[in-house]
Amino acid sequence: MFTPAPLLALSSSTIGVSISLGLVGLGMVWMLIRSLRARDVDRRIVFLFIFISVSAPILFPITFSETPTPVVKKLFDKVESLPADSKVLISFDFDPAMAPEVQPMADAFTRHCMAKNHKVIFMSLWATGQSLLNQTMRAVLVTEFPEKRDGIDYVELGYKAGNEGVLNVIVSNFRKMFPTDVNSIPLDSIEIFDKIKSCRDLDLIISIGGGKPGIKEWVLFVGDPTKTPIGAGVAAVVAPQLYPYYPKQLLGLLGGVKGAAEYESELVRHYPQFEEVDKPGLRMMGPQTFAHVVILAFIVLGNISFFVSRRRASR
Amino acid sequence: MKRSSIIIMLVVLAMFVISWLAKASSMAGVEDHNIWHGFLITFSAFLTLAILSFLYKDNPFYKFAEHLFVGVSAAYWMSMGFWTTIVGNLIPRISNSLSAFFEVPPIADEWALLLLPDSVTFFIPVILGIMLLLRLSRNMGWISAWPLAFIVGSTAGFNLVRYLRSDFIEQVSSTFVPLLVDWQGTGHFFSHLNLNASGQFVTMAGNWVIFLGVMCGLIYFFFSKEHKGIFGFGSRVGIWILMVTFGASFGYTVMGRISLLVGRLTFLFGDWLGLIS
Repeated sequence: MFTPAPLLALSSSTIGVSISLGLVGLGMVWMLIRSLRARDVDRRIVFLFIFISVSAPILFPITFSETPTPVVKKLFDKVESLPADSKVLISFDFDPAMAPEVQPMADAFTRHCMAKNHKVIFMSLWATGQSLLNQTMRAVLVTEFPEKRDGIDYVELGYKAGNEGVLNVIVSNFRKMFPTDVNSIPLDSIEIFDKIKSCRDLDLIISIGGGKPGIKEWVLFVGDPTKTPIGAGVAAVVAPQLYPYYPKQLLGLLGGVKGAAEYESELVRHYPQFEEVDKPGLRMMGPQTFAHVVILAFIVLGNISFFVSRRRASR
Repeated sequence: MKRSSIIIMLVVLAMFVISWLAKASSMAGVEDHNIWHGFLITFSAFLTLAILSFLYKDNPFYKFAEHLFVGVSAAYWMSMGFWTTIVGNLIPRISNSLSAFFEVPPIADEWALLLLPDSVTFFIPVILGIMLLLRLSRNMGWISAWPLAFIVGSTAGFNLVRYLRSDFIEQVSSTFVPLLVDWQGTGHFFSHLNLNASGQFVTMAGNWVIFLGVMCGLIYFFFSKEHKGIFGFGSRVGIWILMVTFGASFGYTVMGRISLLVGRLTFLFGDWLGLIS
């Protein structure tokens, strides 16, 4: 009996993405021919191609394996090497516009710290950070670690206005800037803060963001004066501006969704129990890859068209 | 308003209502407040599409979403600032009765608050804040220049020291990297040659790039000597280093923008249309 074995062996994802890429490829050939005939291509056609190349891997998910780069590995190793009950502060310094890139990092850091039984202090220098912090708490803490208790295993300080001013105060005294946690419980009656007076008493600070105030301010106002190790997860746009701080002033840096994917893959490698949880960083690398291939193809196409038209003009 | 515009508005409104009802009915039995959640998800999807519609051309839907975003953001920041700073930090330090009203624990008892010399200092930002709000008054707007000057001056003062230390001294010191790392002779170097990211060869190559990149970048911006000969060569390398840096920044920006698009499309396909789990 005939069975379409080779076809069945292909997953629906592969078929879906292949069809989409085929369409994109054919469209590009059409654009190349149109360009060579010196006819304009509407910019909206380019947007359509990007839409298809990003949509296809979302609808038919394709994931790639990631190997952590040293700048990511170093931060992972630091969280991993800290003994249980270490005090880690995670600051959510971002807004919903950055969230698709940096929320996966926030989730991964939280997951990792909880798996290592660290005591985590959550705070935010951005007003919008607090609601995103609540999202991470709901998605990671409440769902995956229901045994962890507020005030004993973690504490949420929330947002405080003042930008660098907030850091300038907590570098010497937390209680002056945060008299209570987000639930109006005085810090003096929170177990985690028994031995914490200022940022100097923390074992690690992780800032997640991509704007001002953010990682740079943490380095300038807390990391350098107190020598407290600082790690960061940043939106891709600002990552190149922060690489000069690595490795002396920044312990490690996750740049954009690629950094998040690397951290997630390393986390799964060390903690197989997280294999089944959602890994948005890794999931987003499929659309990223296809979109980049299409953008590169457009650059090549544009250059061919440019050189051909220049040669025509010189004749 | 043109007749075609009214028709488009009505079509969009009809599609919104249909989508809302479909979403709410699909959530029935799963969510407690399915009508409300259905509305929120449909409205979020509408705003996403309204913003993306700018890619086609400017239109009233885009304008509506843009203005709504700016308004909601400003209101959100103001409200958070009030509840976390004025209610969270100021009121517990200046009044027990107000603390009780806002249900925040007071820092100290009423008498201690009056006796504490610290408590006086908390009124200074209150006064400065009120002075800042006087900008809204046509006659007394000039008073707002004083707190503004205080903000600019104090920020400059704080930042001067921090930037000098972290962005100047520390960064200059980070540029002085060893050009020979773990050097044990040429034979040892070639016999242990590998492309491991933390290996000797890659580390040394990275340090050489930092050293040469900084030197050539500085040469490019040094205009007291004509860029000719070896100096000119250094200047040309400098501009290449700058171009590579800008290229890397642009690449990262593209990655960031694609991530945002992925985030929005994941929402549209998943939360709104239910095409992905």
